Amino acid sequence: MKRLVWLALSLVLALPLFLSLPGCSQQEEKTEAPPTQPKPEVSAKASAKEIQAGFIYVGPVGDAGWTYAHDQGRQEMEKLDYVKPSTFIESVPEGAESARVISGLVRKGSNLVFTTSFGYMDATLEVAESFKDVVFMHCSGYKSSENVGNYFGRMYEPRYLSGIVAGSMTQKGVIGYVAAFPIPEVIRGINAFTLGVRSVNPKTEVRVVWTQTWFDPGIERDAADSLLDVGADVLAMHQDAPATLQAAEARGAYVIGYNSDMRSFAPNAFLTAPVWNWGTLYTQIAEQVSNGTWKSESIWYGMQQELVQLAPLSAKVPADVQALVADKTAAIKAGTLHPFAGPLKDQAGTIKVAAGSVPSDGDLLGMNYFVEGVQGTIPQ
Amino acid sequence: MIEILLDATVRAGTPILFATLGAILNERAGIINLGIEGLMLIGALAGFAGTFASGSLLVGVLAAFFAALAAGCLHAFVTVQMRGNQIVSGLALTMFGIGITALFGRGMVGATIQGFERVAIPGLSQLPIVGNAFFNQDLLIYFSFLLVVAMAFFFYRTRWGLALRTAGENPAAADTCGVPVSLTRFLAVIIGSGIVGIGGAYLSLATTPMWIENMSAGRGWIAVALVIFASWSSYRALAGAYLFGGITAMQLRFQAMGTTVSAHILQMLPYFFTILVLVISTIRLQKGASQQPEGLGQPYDREDRK
Repeated sequence: MKRLVWLALSLVLALPLFLSLPGCSQQEEKTEAPPTQPKPEVSAKASAKEIQAGFIYVGPVGDAGWTYAHDQGRQEMEKLDYVKPSTFIESVPEGAESARVISGLVRKGSNLVFTTSFGYMDATLEVAESFKDVVFMHCSGYKSSENVGNYFGRMYEPRYLSGIVAGSMTQKGVIGYVAAFPIPEVIRGINAFTLGVRSVNPKTEVRVVWTQTWFDPGIERDAADSLLDVGADVLAMHQDAPATLQAAEARGAYVIGYNSDMRSFAPNAFLTAPVWNWGTLYTQIAEQVSNGTWKSESIWYGMQQELVQLAPLSAKVPADVQALVADKTAAIKAGTLHPFAGPLKDQAGTIKVAAGSVPSDGDLLGMNYFVEGVQGTIPQ
Repeated sequence: MIEILLDATVRAGTPILFATLGAILNERAGIINLGIEGLMLIGALAGFAGTFASGSLLVGVLAAFFAALAAGCLHAFVTVQMRGNQIVSGLALTMFGIGITALFGRGMVGATIQGFERVAIPGLSQLPIVGNAFFNQDLLIYFSFLLVVAMAFFFYRTRWGLALRTAGENPAAADTCGVPVSLTRFLAVIIGSGIVGIGGAYLSLATTPMWIENMSAGRGWIAVALVIFASWSSYRALAGAYLFGGITAMQLRFQAMGTTVSAHILQMLPYFFTILVLVISTIRLQKGASQQPEGLGQPYDREDRK
């Protein structure tokens, strides 16, 4: 009996600890709220309507990477005077559970919701079904509906350019690539990078190590060290933490960042980084929703629309390489250069894209092979 | 190659080792602590912030120890003083650690410090194969070696160690003999928590000298499992932590070397060994060789009649 009393007491004591988690407390609040109709103010109006945006983030705003970049975009969007201060919820687990959090945002009055990770796709569509007056934008997925659009960026374009920089800076002809998961998005990035490398340095190989995690600084660091141990003198990565940059800095190698300009983590080693620039897109969508011109579409913007960019090059990159990168940047923006233009061979030497043609967006989105020059395997 | 592997093993295993040692100290006194993950994060943030503010790594390590010790007081208060449910309190501590470090860590994201550097021990670091891996490391790693030996000595060669073990095995008997059970348990929990905090600080001061939210990425839970694998012995904790560190290091290095071994098999290795280890420890358990403290997880109240 007495034990039960103590158990109850400890639960009561533990309760405020649980509630002290910002994400948790908000979610709890929402489940208890009675289901109410969406506020009348969100009904479509042609005149400039006020935007109350809501964001669902997969990681913490302080991850210095993916979520950080989205949050920068959110802040940029808020500069519009008809955009009211937006709400965001961090570290929302992907999957069905996220539907609760998304509908909570809408019930609190959001009329424009951004869900910023692949795993929110189905939940976003499900919630959108019951709130037809609200605009939903899902990042990195492929499904859409009447009031759900999706958006992503052609990150392979700046990846290709960063490959040119890496290929020009390597002495040993071995470049290491710390990669998260073997999915098309990551494979596409590795291939584009390798093609960039080999466009200036055809003998160079790119070695890939899979970490099987988006975010684990310790494992990312270890993977980067393992690549340096086998002789890589330039590193690139597709991870959410800047651990690879620190590894390169500590061992006197060069490094290409990702997501956001992370040069503060490796002042000497940092060369450049393909980065996200969500602000422009978010501002554009807010404008469209506000003046009533928004319609559901699949946005896959590239460097031309400035959704993806190459961070300013380090002063260590020689002037001729800087000029070459500037040329290629202009060519990509003008549409005259496509990183995956044929002839394109896979690791076994089979032609995947015939000379004179470029792969369709569908082919790019489903890319599941490594191009010639990549040293590593794709776990199927 | 073996030298490089051993070196990576020791570096990857050390944060887990500290966390496991801290957890062992808790459990030897009879208190389960599932707050290891949260304590590691608190240690990581406090260690980083301490070093960032003062410029001294020693200050950082001490800050990590005392911050985690303070957080451990919560667990000790609930489980020892209030005799609450240890599982619930530990889980709450993990949640608390994740939340509070996210909150207070905002200002530290993107800050940089000079992390721990390698210090070679003259002579020993020249030994073939093991020299570089064990005697050309940073000071925290040397400290972890000392701690492993010191903890074994403490448990089996000192009066206090005996008192602590008895408080965990049979608190009523300890009480009869005049051991202050609550005080012993309280101290074991908070000092153990402090040691876990140093494990967290190893991540933010040596492995990757930076602060990022949730940077322990599940290592605290590995430590919780390793306590059972190590059957509450500090030496076996060392072996377990290095085994887990080593498997990860090995599969990454095989990939980097471009071996033809399937990436599937390499990535399966850590999980395969986890299962293997669980099977082995279960068999040992069935043979009655369990070292689990008898009073583990049970609150002690002098007035409870048996």
